[in-house]
Amino acid sequence: MPDLHYLTIHEAAELLARREVTSRALTQAALDRIAAVDPKVRAFLTVTAERALAQADAADARLAAGERGALLGVPAAIKDVMSTEGVPTTCGSKMLEHFVPPYDATVVRRLFDAGAVMVGKTNMDEFAMGSSTENSAYRPTRNPWDLNRVPGGSSGGSAAAVAAGEAIYSLGSDTGGSIRQPAALCGVVGMKPTYGRVSRYGLVAFASSLDQIGPFTRDVRDMATVLNAICGHDAADSTSADIETPDFGADLERGVQGMRIGVPKEYMPPTLDAGVRGRIEAALAALQAQGAIIDTDVTLPSTEAALAVYYVIAPSEASANLARYDGVKYGYSYQQGAGMWDNMEQTRGRGFGAEVKRRIMIGTYALSSGYYDAYYLKAQKVRTVIRREFDAAFAKYDALVAPVTPTTAFRIGEKSGDPFEMYLNDVFTLPVNIAGLPGISVPAGFVEGLPVGLQVIGKPFDEATVLRVARAYEQTADWGAQRPAL
Amino acid sequence: MKLERDAVLHIAKLARIGLSEEEIETFSEQLSEIITHFDVLSTVDTEGVEPTAHTLPLRNVFADDVSRPSMPQDAVLALAPNTEDGYLRVRAVLE
Repeated sequence: MPDLHYLTIHEAAELLARREVTSRALTQAALDRIAAVDPKVRAFLTVTAERALAQADAADARLAAGERGALLGVPAAIKDVMSTEGVPTTCGSKMLEHFVPPYDATVVRRLFDAGAVMVGKTNMDEFAMGSSTENSAYRPTRNPWDLNRVPGGSSGGSAAAVAAGEAIYSLGSDTGGSIRQPAALCGVVGMKPTYGRVSRYGLVAFASSLDQIGPFTRDVRDMATVLNAICGHDAADSTSADIETPDFGADLERGVQGMRIGVPKEYMPPTLDAGVRGRIEAALAALQAQGAIIDTDVTLPSTEAALAVYYVIAPSEASANLARYDGVKYGYSYQQGAGMWDNMEQTRGRGFGAEVKRRIMIGTYALSSGYYDAYYLKAQKVRTVIRREFDAAFAKYDALVAPVTPTTAFRIGEKSGDPFEMYLNDVFTLPVNIAGLPGISVPAGFVEGLPVGLQVIGKPFDEATVLRVARAYEQTADWGAQRPAL
Repeated sequence: MKLERDAVLHIAKLARIGLSEEEIETFSEQLSEIITHFDVLSTVDTEGVEPTAHTLPLRNVFADDVSRPSMPQDAVLALAPNTEDGYLRVRAVLE
């Protein structure tokens, strides 16, 4: 029998269905692995061992009664940005250090209904703002492939947990690359579905027009399985799309024969790390060998402006969303001030970390009188231009392919002193959020022992094609099956 | 464009964030650098282009006018630092 903690979902489900393993054994294996490696990796903020074993026993009872399900009894980890009833949800912030939500996020509820076992809540950049998980108010998570390097962010804990064998899959959230970038740097599969595919009810809000929940898995088959469970309309989220959820596994194995795949020039700039470029070119050759028609002459001219669009729109929305942390209703509250306003300013000054304050300040500035037209309104118009350029590309191509990140994982502390340098990590991922498209990161090999991710981007609500391309590529190599030495 | 100390303090006041002397200084530097990068926006021709607030083809979303259970008041108030008689308690707004 293989290591239980490194099974895929489909392998685990088969073993459970044949009653060759119990959910309790799978869950105990994950908890043992957490005990063994998490002191080094630090992927988790909360481990819910007792609750997980109770959920496992409940799943075993359902299995014994003859019930079968793709996720029934399989251990998962949840990013600490999603509300879990009775389990602390800190968002990586001191502001929510003692916050225990009275309800489950819709995605969490959907997973629990499917019989998922939650082993714990994972570390993240505070309020999902960051690209390295170094902005966690608690501790940085480390990259399982090199403990001196970052796992990426903001969903770094969820990516590292899957890479390190601490959970069979996990959920993250992606506002500008926060699933795809850590998936790439940790060598796992990570996907941001189309904006509106997954309910945001119970997801602590960062930038509401960009935020989307998605999974981390060990292969693309598992990705389709988790998407099947979490996607779908939810009346509790008014921006949830009222559109049918297809079976994402249906077209997975159809290959890329005759498929038209574009590679935007702006995503392969001369400054791209040579090692990363080599891996992406090798992946393009592999897809071509599978029958795809590759065109490297695609252009998305406004890509250069995407970073500015993002760093106007996301902080603007954040400045409004995070106004709720006032020390009155819930969360950290400073009470020894000179009066109500002083208490509020002290609460926010002490409760938020540096990057969160920085972004609230940027957003407040961009929305303030005299700057609104030049920054916020202008950024929203450029957003339209960016979306139109993607739409024009998708009139010619079935999917676009690009690197996920400009480099492999960087060292802890290497970029934390320079906010703008950190923002540049997300240049290839944030246009996808701006345009509301689905995008995946699939392992594409290693450069000097560090993982590289291949990004596949699709038309709105065409996750099926994205998954199909990623699956076709994944089968040309076994990158996702490699394990870090821990 | 350089954000001077007064501008940083004005934004902090709008955002209701108390800043230390050190933060005022670093934010003045860092925010200035970030905002300078926004200049690239003006290079994109947006003549006659409508703004995009979100990417879904949605306008208004209405809920059915049906009552349904809400979260229990005590569960919600239990999260607050100060409550009294079922209300959130704050310091006087006007003193």
